Amino acid sequence: MSDTQNLTVVQAVRDGLYSEMREDDDVLVLGQDVGKNGGVFRATEGLFDEFGGDRVVDTPLAESGIVGAAVGMAAMGLRPVPEIQFSGFMYPGFDQIVSHMARFRARSRGRFTLPMTLRAPYGGGIRAPEHHSESKEAFYAHEAGLKTVIPSTPYDAKGLLAASIRDPDPVIFLEPKLIYRAFRDEVPEEPYTVPLGEAATRREGDDVAVFTYGAMTRPTLEAAESLAEEGIECEVVDLRTVSPLDREAIVDAFERTGRAVVVHEAPKTGGLAGELTAIIQEEALLYQEAPVKRVTGFDVPYPLYALEDYYLPTAARIEEGILEAVEF
Amino acid sequence: MSVFDRAYDDPVRVLDEDGEVVGDVPDLDDGELVDIYRHMRLARHFDGRAVSLQRQGRMGTYPPLSGQEGAQIGSATALAEDDWMVPSYREHGAALVRGVPLKQTLLYWMGHEAGNKAPADVNVFPVAVPIASQVPHATGASWAAKLRGTDEAFLCYFGDGATSEGDFHEGVNFAGVFDTPTVFFCNNNQWAISVPRERQTRSATLAQKAEAYGIDGVQVDGMDPLAVYSVTAAALEKARDPETDRPRPTLIEAIQYRFGAHTTADDPTVYRDDDEVERWKAKDPIPRLEAYLRAEGVLDDERVAEIEAAVEARVADAIDEAEAVARPDPSELFEHAYAELPPELERQRAEFAAFREAHGDEAFLEE
Repeated sequence: MSDTQNLTVVQAVRDGLYSEMREDDDVLVLGQDVGKNGGVFRATEGLFDEFGGDRVVDTPLAESGIVGAAVGMAAMGLRPVPEIQFSGFMYPGFDQIVSHMARFRARSRGRFTLPMTLRAPYGGGIRAPEHHSESKEAFYAHEAGLKTVIPSTPYDAKGLLAASIRDPDPVIFLEPKLIYRAFRDEVPEEPYTVPLGEAATRREGDDVAVFTYGAMTRPTLEAAESLAEEGIECEVVDLRTVSPLDREAIVDAFERTGRAVVVHEAPKTGGLAGELTAIIQEEALLYQEAPVKRVTGFDVPYPLYALEDYYLPTAARIEEGILEAVEF
Repeated sequence: MSVFDRAYDDPVRVLDEDGEVVGDVPDLDDGELVDIYRHMRLARHFDGRAVSLQRQGRMGTYPPLSGQEGAQIGSATALAEDDWMVPSYREHGAALVRGVPLKQTLLYWMGHEAGNKAPADVNVFPVAVPIASQVPHATGASWAAKLRGTDEAFLCYFGDGATSEGDFHEGVNFAGVFDTPTVFFCNNNQWAISVPRERQTRSATLAQKAEAYGIDGVQVDGMDPLAVYSVTAAALEKARDPETDRPRPTLIEAIQYRFGAHTTADDPTVYRDDDEVERWKAKDPIPRLEAYLRAEGVLDDERVAEIEAAVEARVADAIDEAEAVARPDPSELFEHAYAELPPELERQRAEFAAFREAHGDEAFLEE
């Protein structure tokens, strides 16, 4: 059994980068302030000293340049891990993401593949300025050719990041910054992977299946524990990869309970909850006992921080949503 | 000879580091000169208090401006009443010259949406956080003025890092093509968070980028408020004048330094030396102008003390006012998303209100 370390989510990301860079000389990191500064959240701390400026690259301030250059590097067989400082600043690189990162394999009929992993801190709840708090995973889940991964624990952060870096296809790796330092977990020192596309059951229960991911996993579990005191047992499924979704796990959890709630902080309209609802409807209509309940952010621009607590789903809102599904 | 007829690496200067005159002093009366001094002192004091509010947990992340007062106040003072300012997120000093109340700036960084709504008669765009994204807006807005035949000029601020973004290129290029009345004012403070200016571009200067767009480019000592005023005033004048034989747009590179962190979330000691900071502090725009105004007999100890007291009182009052503002009503979440709420959003608002009614605010504020 390998040794473990007690790490936060962001330390596990850093450890994942470190161990993958040790394993494979083709892995390199590029982005703004990732080098000497060690990343604005310290996700690349120490990597510059360890691996040097050719593998931990401070770039000019240009997201399209970062993503586009990574596309070119990956096409030549490197495994670049570009970082965009906050997911709210991915949009100058969006053209590169959707027009090229997602399509190079298909366009070249498999001659060029892009084994690259685009990392970005995402999500709300940290009292940040405008554009530092949004959850736009649905943009990327909507884009064929990409995989979109969102860890919710330190163990998964390292393992999913390693799996993403080793994956032959491009991955959008969104890190919920609300839980970057919220808790610690035992994380093996050795490299390991957590497979992409597989959900994890965080709590078992027979009354209702609650699907979530990222930072919302914790308040969802809190709501589930609170409801357990009233005799309602929730199955809590952490999707971990929002594209491709673990259809089997979703359908299985739903069939055993007949009731579903989906929780995400992203806005409701066009969000992942709609996709889960459709999967349930397609695969398990005859098991359905209640409408699928969505507990989400609202369809408004993410507010400045004085009101962000009112925007994000809380355990109380999740609890009420679960009750609605159970009592229907 | 025009102030724009000079080498790109030959910055316009008026005062040296000691406040000695080394260039053409702009035609400003004593009152206007004292206003520049007063506004710089106000911006500096505001900045220190804002950082301290953040440290005390009374305000969120805040981007300090200390060291950059010469560039901000000097340039904003050159704006005519009808001109417009298009800021990034660090121009609180320029904004106060324009007439944005300090209370508004505080509220914005305290997370209140209301803080981003400047009074209707203040010609300033809202804060733009994504780097360089405001540059094409300034081009478009000034283009609109040109199409409508008004004589407003537009002053657009951004930093050295912004010149690496595509939006910078596209915005400035459009300005050249459509000959818009735009002044692109680059606050080159040497650092884009941890990345030094030398790593943004291999160009020897940022001013020379103007050459490729066919517009005027000029460097100015950004810590010399009078030089900044002169060059900005000349650029705005040229922007307003359709008869000029020069291109209307100008790219100004104002060389300066941020004394503090990129934001309060940043620790600059990780990436730059104290020696470097000290070298730049010797160029501080405030003592420099003060020395000049004292030598001219415009300021003396008594006048400086008066200004200091007034500045402190004004900032203290603004903080009191901002902190007295109640947390915005939560239903404001749904305001201003659209002219009229679509039915689904109306439904979400009703659900939100019902939940709040049933469970109270604590159901939202739990940790």
